[in-house]
Amino acid sequence: MSHELHLDNIRISKDGHELIAIDQMVAAGEVLSVMGPSGAGKSTLLNYIIGTLPSDFTATGAVLLNGADLCALPSNQRQVGILFQDDLLFPHMSVGQNLAFGLSADVRRADRPARIDQALTEIGLEGFADRDPETLSGGQKARVALMRMLLSEPRVLLLDEAFSRLDTERRDQIRTLVFDTARARQLPVIMVTHDQADADAAGGPVFYLTD
Amino acid sequence: MRRGISIRWLPLLTVLAMLGPVVAGLLGTIAPAFGYLPAANMTEWTVAPFVDLFRWGGFPHAVMLSVTTGFLATSLSLLITVLIIAGWHGTRAFNVIRCLLSPLLSVPHAAAAFGIAFLITPSGWVARAFSPWLTGWERPPDVLIVQDHWGLAMVVGLVAKEVPFLLLMSLAALGQVNAKSSATIAAALGYGRVTGWLKTVFPRVYAQIRLPVYVVLAYSMSTVDVAIVLGPNTPPTLSVQIVKWMSDPDLAMRLEAAAAALVQLLLVIGSLILWRGGEIVVGILGAKWVMRGTRSFGDNALRIVGLGAGVLVCTGVLLGLVSLGVWSVAGLWSYPDVLPDSLSVRSWSRHWGNIFDTGITTLLIALCATFIAVLLTLGCLEAECRFDFTMSERGVFLLYLPLMVPQTAFLPGLQTLMLSAGLKSGFVPVVLAHLVFVLPYVFLSLSDPFRAWDVRFGTIAAALGRSANGVLWRVRLPMLLAPVLTAVAVGFAASVGQYLPTLLVGGGRLPTLTTEAVALAAGGDRRAIGVYGLAQTVAAILPFAAALLLPQIIWRNRRGLSDA
Repeated sequence: MSHELHLDNIRISKDGHELIAIDQMVAAGEVLSVMGPSGAGKSTLLNYIIGTLPSDFTATGAVLLNGADLCALPSNQRQVGILFQDDLLFPHMSVGQNLAFGLSADVRRADRPARIDQALTEIGLEGFADRDPETLSGGQKARVALMRMLLSEPRVLLLDEAFSRLDTERRDQIRTLVFDTARARQLPVIMVTHDQADADAAGGPVFYLTD
Repeated sequence: MRRGISIRWLPLLTVLAMLGPVVAGLLGTIAPAFGYLPAANMTEWTVAPFVDLFRWGGFPHAVMLSVTTGFLATSLSLLITVLIIAGWHGTRAFNVIRCLLSPLLSVPHAAAAFGIAFLITPSGWVARAFSPWLTGWERPPDVLIVQDHWGLAMVVGLVAKEVPFLLLMSLAALGQVNAKSSATIAAALGYGRVTGWLKTVFPRVYAQIRLPVYVVLAYSMSTVDVAIVLGPNTPPTLSVQIVKWMSDPDLAMRLEAAAAALVQLLLVIGSLILWRGGEIVVGILGAKWVMRGTRSFGDNALRIVGLGAGVLVCTGVLLGLVSLGVWSVAGLWSYPDVLPDSLSVRSWSRHWGNIFDTGITTLLIALCATFIAVLLTLGCLEAECRFDFTMSERGVFLLYLPLMVPQTAFLPGLQTLMLSAGLKSGFVPVVLAHLVFVLPYVFLSLSDPFRAWDVRFGTIAAALGRSANGVLWRVRLPMLLAPVLTAVAVGFAASVGQYLPTLLVGGGRLPTLTTEAVALAAGGDRRAIGVYGLAQTVAAILPFAAALLLPQIIWRNRRGLSDA
């Protein structure tokens, strides 16, 4: 199933000062890169899309997914996946539990362990289900975080400086993995970054925010 | 959304639970202070209670004691706290003191006071250690050290308990003011360690700990349990006298108690204003001192004084507890031997039955009060995130308010009010009265870690389809297990240590370890005091041990949580 995202004339301001004005289509499997200096409100745009905009901001405009406005739904029903620069694996859960937390509740109880094992195999971490996430390397954690999000069957993918903490070698590897997966699943992606290399690798349209 | 509407009201409910009894108690004090007490068939408005109060021979001394012990204990506590941090923050010695803070804080005031009394009386450990080889004393000298006329022993007891409190509060503040880089810059500009700290960090730290300092001042001026143990007897402090009048079988004495309670309140308010004035003066002098550019002000000597005072405070409380323990198992113990001639469990077996009963009561009260306090606190903090509430300066002030109103000013009124309304004293009112004091401590302990939690974990969990409640129960609270348990321990210790609320609101019919221990003060049976003091301390400290150990056990396979 492919999804098309339309950021429909979104304007976000704080204290009467407009931070963001954007009107942009993101096709299925396409990556929209949002670039700009820190403090320009890149993450604020993601907050709006995901539904966690702090109350001191005012925003207008719609986030249309296949024509329906996401803003009408609470965060947890939007099916918008997000990855941050930190992996943010839940430290009190094992690797397998983290994935199970993400795995859609529609998957039957009996099938869940097999799905999680399969997901671990897909990211090259076979047999890691019982491991403490804190014992994983940075690259391994990033892959678990990505898989945890994919298991929740998102319809949109947001990347908030998702690759900036990884070292150069891992960054290429994880970036390719994320973009390939998004393309394979036909997900529209919005990537916030300050690294031109990210935008080049994404190959999609680039939107520049200014101060 | 239905649930969302219900927790929206929790902050208001919390404020009511905290301040309701205080306000009711103050109002309940005013009427009897002016002669109106229908329960005792007195319905004529008059100023006679005040006239009686002013005629009481002990009044001037009692008022003076309240003011002098309050100012002396608060200034000394603050001075020692500042010297310890200024001179030793970041050193190994400081880390030792930091580790001792939580246990020191949880020691109930009464137990600490008894322990210090056992150390410094003429027949105490300090005198024994130097006798007879140095002092020549074969018998305890006949000098009044504990319960002295000027309340100095009481000041010592208060300082020993308040320094750990102010240290903990300052440590929390230090994290917010970027103290380390200020100290580095001051050192690079040639300032001595203490002088540099006083000039660059102290003003910002003090702004953060101002309310806790006020709490210390109000408490020191009006404490009852410490004053009963260490304070003068004839006449006693104003607060002790209020409690005496309140427990007089003659109901008419309650009028005088109510009048005295109002005087106590005015004294505390006046002293707080005076202290505020002192702050301004010190601020002006400090600004001049900064302008002068003095690089050093006896820094090394001040460091040594700070360390010495810190060591004295720690060892004073800890040795005092050891001394309680030794007395509790002492057989015959003749003067001036440092240790008893024989050990025996007789004191423990004699008191065991009552220790058990009162211990259960103590634990039940503490459990209920703490449970309610933690629930309300979590509800408030969660409502804060869900509805984007922010806690204003005024909100923080409300949190400290029940700790700044002297207990003797509103608890007598609360008891009188209950009496007039025909309410039975008993378990539930005592729990609610404890809640007034447990809530602020639980809130102060839990709010910082709760707010410091990385909300992106919540965003991730919501993006994975979890509701707000799912995020709270499955992600936030498990990750915050350690601070939640610490808050439980803090609440527990605060409840276990409460003397006056238990005594007055319980109508004397709900004995706890603390009320039993303080009641022994007049008798002077050291073995019994040792037993109760120690039992009280154990009841307050055990939850802290559990709060430290449980997360280590539960999250033993989770390095991200067990190392913290």
